[in-house]
Amino acid sequence: MLRQALATFGEYLIFLRQVFSKPAKWSVFLKKWVFEMDAMGIGSMLIVSIVSLAMGSVITMQTALQIESGWIPKWTVGFISRTSIVMELCPTIISLLLVGNLGSRITAEIGSMRVTEQIDALEVMGINPASHLVLPKVLASIIVNPILCVFSIAFALLGSFLTVWITGCISTYHFIDGLTYCFRVYDVVYALTKTCVFAFVMSTVASFYGYRIEGGALELGKASTQGIVVSSFIILILNVVITDIML
Amino acid sequence: MIEVNNVSKYFGEKQVLFGIDTQFEEGKVNLIIGRSGSGKTVLMKCLVGLFTPEEGEVLYSGREFHNLSDKDKLSLRKEMGMVFQGSALFDSMTIEENVTFPLDMFTDMSESEMRDRADFCLECVDLKGVNKLFPAELSGGMKKRAAIARALACNPKYLFFDEPNSGLDPKTSLLIDELITKITHDFNTTTVVNTHDLNSIITIGETISFIYQGRLGWRGSSANILTSDDQTLNDFIYAQPLTQRLRKTL
Repeated sequence: MLRQALATFGEYLIFLRQVFSKPAKWSVFLKKWVFEMDAMGIGSMLIVSIVSLAMGSVITMQTALQIESGWIPKWTVGFISRTSIVMELCPTIISLLLVGNLGSRITAEIGSMRVTEQIDALEVMGINPASHLVLPKVLASIIVNPILCVFSIAFALLGSFLTVWITGCISTYHFIDGLTYCFRVYDVVYALTKTCVFAFVMSTVASFYGYRIEGGALELGKASTQGIVVSSFIILILNVVITDIML
Repeated sequence: MIEVNNVSKYFGEKQVLFGIDTQFEEGKVNLIIGRSGSGKTVLMKCLVGLFTPEEGEVLYSGREFHNLSDKDKLSLRKEMGMVFQGSALFDSMTIEENVTFPLDMFTDMSESEMRDRADFCLECVDLKGVNKLFPAELSGGMKKRAAIARALACNPKYLFFDEPNSGLDPKTSLLIDELITKITHDFNTTTVVNTHDLNSIITIGETISFIYQGRLGWRGSSANILTSDDQTLNDFIYAQPLTQRLRKTL
């Protein structure tokens, strides 16, 4: 099993080498890049905003419920909510959400191109299919995912604020005081760095599983699932590693 | 001319091609025929570089394809056009975008020049008024013709067809066969067609290579295929009751 995992990792590295080679024509590449950014960004905004609103709301309710002691300052709810949202929930949970949303789309798209010989057609034409198809997606996700992360942070904080305002569990004054308490730009840098790394993992792993499909519709389904599972697993491990390095 | 010298191909332990030697001549329709699973598609994929044979060589007018540098391989690939069994049209693009795609990638043509070229290629395959349609909106025969138009776009010297008649009705199959012959003679291409369609074998095969269990079983032309005394070839050609009846009349 270890041997197979190492062989797959080797294949993945060879695949990355193909992906990061010079595009056949820059104008075509730029067109595809813009198209991918549009498809990935706009297509994910609704789900990201809904999940973020709910996430922000729940984390604030949970925190307010757990902190009832008079010894703990009231702004703590806002402080903990902000820290959890900015540093952990938005970069990691939204990245995992995007693995399911964008990652599976990438695997299915590239996989169906493989199954219907469209990738072979590109190769016969003398075009590097990995670079032509995957590089725009990888670069698009590295740009789009951090933007979605910022968008998600904004919606989660909004959800948090609305919860406080509607339920009245603490005063909005104390909540905002907590939100702004000890705010460090580094926390956002940390969150965005994580999101960029996770975006790279998501797009390359999903593409890799789509690109190496052999067979038909059944294998396409399997590859899509495998892509999601492996990307999520790597993201969770990298989350620990990056946290250890950066904090 | 394409020369295939002693080509062998393995998948792991399994050998699927055993030292194939054959030639595909310029300006002619060259057929690769054989039963399903005989190795026809593997041979064609070795020809176009999708597979690398473990032994042997494939020479394009004297240039050994698999030993070329990446740059030379790319320039040789620009001389090739291939029509896949399932057409392999890019389904996110319109038919016009499919045809202009290789031009967009490899030439400095302006938009209007590319459009003109696409119109010309689509006219060659008798496919007009479909420029703005997507592949999913076309019938199987129209998709094949659109794929042929795309293969023609860069004016290839070598044209490859993988089972061009599969899944088509007899009349559309005839149309595709006529188109292949016409293109080969009009543009003087070296055309290689992978088929087991008997009508194609009899009507368009100017040279025929019969592959049997991964080996070259017979080589000839449509003129002498029906009168060959090769047993394995006859078993393949006269497998159906209709052709068995035809044999009695010969």
